[in-house]
Amino acid sequence: MFELIEEYQLLSAFWMTIKLAAFSAVISLVVGTVVAIMRLSPVKIFQSVGTAYVTLLRNTPLTLIVILCSLGIWGQLNIDLASRESSTFLVDNNFRWAVAGLSAYHAAFVCEALRSGVNTIPLGQAEAARSIGLTFAQSMRQVILPQAFRGAITPLGNVLIALTKNTTVVAAIGVAETAYRMKALAEFEPALLMVGFAIVALGFVILTLPMGMLTSYLSGRLAVKR
Amino acid sequence: MKHTPFRLAAVLAAGALVLSACGSEDGGDDGEGASPGGGGEDGLTIGIKFDQPGLGLKSGDEYVGMDVDVALAVAEKLGFSEDQVTFKESPSAQRETMLETNQVDMIFATYSITDTRKEKVQFAGPYFVAGQDLLVSADSDITGPEDLDGKLLCSVTGSTSAENVKEEVPGVQLQEYGTYSECVEQLSNGTIDAVTTDDVILAGFAAQDTYAGKLKVVGAPFSEENYGVGLNKESELCEDINTALTELWEDGTMEQIIEDNVGAAGYTPNPETNPAEAGGHCA
Repeated sequence: MFELIEEYQLLSAFWMTIKLAAFSAVISLVVGTVVAIMRLSPVKIFQSVGTAYVTLLRNTPLTLIVILCSLGIWGQLNIDLASRESSTFLVDNNFRWAVAGLSAYHAAFVCEALRSGVNTIPLGQAEAARSIGLTFAQSMRQVILPQAFRGAITPLGNVLIALTKNTTVVAAIGVAETAYRMKALAEFEPALLMVGFAIVALGFVILTLPMGMLTSYLSGRLAVKR
Repeated sequence: MKHTPFRLAAVLAAGALVLSACGSEDGGDDGEGASPGGGGEDGLTIGIKFDQPGLGLKSGDEYVGMDVDVALAVAEKLGFSEDQVTFKESPSAQRETMLETNQVDMIFATYSITDTRKEKVQFAGPYFVAGQDLLVSADSDITGPEDLDGKLLCSVTGSTSAENVKEEVPGVQLQEYGTYSECVEQLSNGTIDAVTTDDVILAGFAAQDTYAGKLKVVGAPFSEENYGVGLNKESELCEDINTALTELWEDGTMEQIIEDNVGAAGYTPNPETNPAEAGGHCA
């Protein structure tokens, strides 16, 4: 079993999965928060843009988004995310487009998770914040968002777990993560396919189980007691 | 709430209908005519690729390509008419499983004979010897793998071909996609410099109308891929298929099939390795 892990570089594949998940998690959290603020803002045009973003990205299959990033934006429009001179141009470019696709897709879910967090806050708080003279930005920053994040821990954790597993989709554009290595394993060692499956499944459980446990712990601890 | 048992019954009934519909469909396929010489089996299920232009392609409800034509010709020699043959998609990663579980009787799907694969299945043939080659844009100055230093090369995930080139020319960068179509699309965009896999597969892409005049196969094959007919280890058809394949080469049918399917882009099989010598890989 260890030979198999070594031969098909499964450890580095899982490291790639972790990197993809980590970068995409951070970027999608930032983008998702911005989109959520847009949807909550009193400005109509921002609301529509935010709603359009969520509707479009949330309802498009992830594979399609990732392939579009590679074949469409990189291939047709020739937008490189790495230097063409670099000797690792393709690896970097693919990785960055994969992160871009994953982040764009999951930002829609982060946005909706945050909005659900906002819904846990009594309306009176927003009204009180405005009535003591806080601007929209101030009330968001000081009153609404801190509570929204605490109320949205569970759905955000779910998005993170889904994101981690969804990273396997980017094998479609040749990023050497877990699903990609497993494909190689299936091609060259058909006899050991089931062992490969088991190792990969176990690996994902090891990655996602602590996330779920941490989410439950934090959501109990950080929830705003009302 | 008092209707719940009714609803449950309705759902179960609907489920049963769906299941039985599937069942009868399969039954219909199996029941098509009696076979004159297939060891008592009715009809023949053959695994092919559905997405490889020139070799095995599903277009509408028709199947076209070299593998399809060879499969039909062999089936005819075994005593099956075209109506008795059912084609089924056999993607690369599932070929061994499909044979072992008898989902298909035989596979014609650019299936290279290798020792690892022979542990699980047996092969008739080879019926064709392909070689790894490069597909480049028509005005490219790449003439072989040695020109690839610093270039971008594309192949599919989990294929040996790209790894082979990478070992020989470490300066090359590899892009991998799920299918060759994506590679060829990127090549015609000019985003990457070359696509590598077996020459006959490349010729199939170059022969497509969309890419007419845009792409060319370099024509300097640097490996040998023996395309065999994948069979379950229990199958008794192996030697019969070998005889059929030898006959097909002798009477010129094979040349005709190759010319018809992948000849459009000026491709001819490597004369040093073809006609392929069928036999020697049966279990």
